[in-house]
Amino acid sequence: MADTDLSKQDAVTDTVVAREPTVVVDDVHIVYRVHGAGSGKGSATSALSRIISRKRASGVREVHAVKGISFTAYKGEAIGLIGSNGSGKSTMLAAIAGLLPTEKGGIYTNGQPSLLGVNAALMNELSGERNVVLGCLAMGMSPAQVRARYQEIVEFSGINDKGDFISLPMRTYSSGMGARLRFSIAAAKTHDVLLIDEALATGDQAFQQRSKKRIEELRGEAGTVFLVSHDNNSIREVCERTIWIEAGELVMDGPTEEVVGRYERGERP
Amino acid sequence: MSTVSEPVSLSAPRGADAGLTPQQLAAKYGLAVSGARPGLFAYTKQLWARRHFIWAFATARLVAQYTDAKLGQLWQVVTPLLNCGVFYLVFGIILQNKNGFPPNTYIAWLCVGVFIFQFTQNAVQSGTRAISDNLGLIRALHFPRASLPIAFTVIQLQQLLISTVVLVVTVLAAGIAPGRTWLLIVPALLLQTLFNTGISLIMARIGAKTSDISQLIPFVMRAWMFLSGVMFSIQDQVHRWPKYVQVICEINPASVYMNLLRHAFAPIIYNKHLPVHQSLPPHQWTYGIAWAVGIFVIGYVFFWKAEEEYGRG
Repeated sequence: MADTDLSKQDAVTDTVVAREPTVVVDDVHIVYRVHGAGSGKGSATSALSRIISRKRASGVREVHAVKGISFTAYKGEAIGLIGSNGSGKSTMLAAIAGLLPTEKGGIYTNGQPSLLGVNAALMNELSGERNVVLGCLAMGMSPAQVRARYQEIVEFSGINDKGDFISLPMRTYSSGMGARLRFSIAAAKTHDVLLIDEALATGDQAFQQRSKKRIEELRGEAGTVFLVSHDNNSIREVCERTIWIEAGELVMDGPTEEVVGRYERGERP
Repeated sequence: MSTVSEPVSLSAPRGADAGLTPQQLAAKYGLAVSGARPGLFAYTKQLWARRHFIWAFATARLVAQYTDAKLGQLWQVVTPLLNCGVFYLVFGIILQNKNGFPPNTYIAWLCVGVFIFQFTQNAVQSGTRAISDNLGLIRALHFPRASLPIAFTVIQLQQLLISTVVLVVTVLAAGIAPGRTWLLIVPALLLQTLFNTGISLIMARIGAKTSDISQLIPFVMRAWMFLSGVMFSIQDQVHRWPKYVQVICEINPASVYMNLLRHAFAPIIYNKHLPVHQSLPPHQWTYGIAWAVGIFVIGYVFFWKAEEEYGRG
């Protein structure tokens, strides 16, 4: 009797049980400061007079990229971020990763969220194999982990399918080959909170299939996934929840079908 | 089911957490502020964990630097040698500076000075640009930002070690035999490396905030070079100057490290029994150690203090 009672109770409370938050974004404002974008004259004398008169503001313009966004992400969720160009999606992602300081408000995370991407750490003059090692180390892997993963990364990228290309400098690769290798390196590491910025559509058909599968795996291993993309189909495939951002403000936060549907029809709530 | 289609409900805490503010929720589950600056000890630990990255990054940069040049890595040695050649012509032969030295030793004295000063000069210059030239890296990946200025110092050190081979050949060619003082080369270079790392960290933070500084640096460095006695002996002139200038010249870190290494490479230049010789200012090792430790500690803390601000546009 007692057993059945308990299981009944479980079934009832299951839908309202407390979930574990992984990312809490609390009324966040982000401001970029751009130097040298002022409309004032750029001549040396005017610059000098500005320095002397300590009028600093005319050369610096502030861009208020994110204006008071709040949401909470929970363990096991995959969340899509959509919105038109320049709406602040990527900025939001960088702020969650802790790479951009917030002007106001706070972002609290479980562990260290990481952006999927190592492009900036790689060097075109170096061979593919050196870049694999460098990229992995840049993501914080130990040399032993790099050795263990190296073969897997090269095979996944398919760089060596048509001969020994991995020992050639990366500048000799075609743009597709380079993109494939970069994705393979970036996807080699698992993260608590994974942030993906339009990384899905790289390489040829076969590689796209493989990378989609890999992202599914990463999703399984990661606590929470954020995906920024203009490809609504990949958002639909990967995410069950979607946040719509426009001009730095949160327009809508809900189930993907509903939000993406209204986004495509241009119906702002 | 109807609650699911309510747009806001996906964010709101449920069950036992219902009604908590975001901050209370974050505190309850022990979430940390994203991108917050770690404590000095934790920072050092993170930095140590990244030592392999620092080394790989430095080596990769060094290799990538000369891939376009046909002579490749050779330029690392040829460029300072050409500098030495010009200085020898102007200061040694035309201005007759070499007369104040034991015979045939001026060239060794000059080359050691040029290479050693260039080590610090490069550390300052690359430190200034360490953050601003790598914004892409900083905005994409997480790592203790001090990795960058330190990696650039490692690049300079690797270049210097290549140059040291050339230096040894030059010194031997000048007829100076290897002696016990050569053992002092290693600790002297270590001290200078520590000093350079510190100054590179300081310049990195300044350069990250004020990009104009990189325009000023070449001028400052040239002034420092002439005032440190790289191609002429300050010691020959210093007795004619006011006391405070003498003190400044004695403790000037660039002179200190040049003196330490010149003495280590070619002690004969400072041999008091020779009719013509150079004099060594007192307490150079003490100053060398003090500068190295002092600047490194100051630079490290100074850089760490702004850790969370690097990468802001």
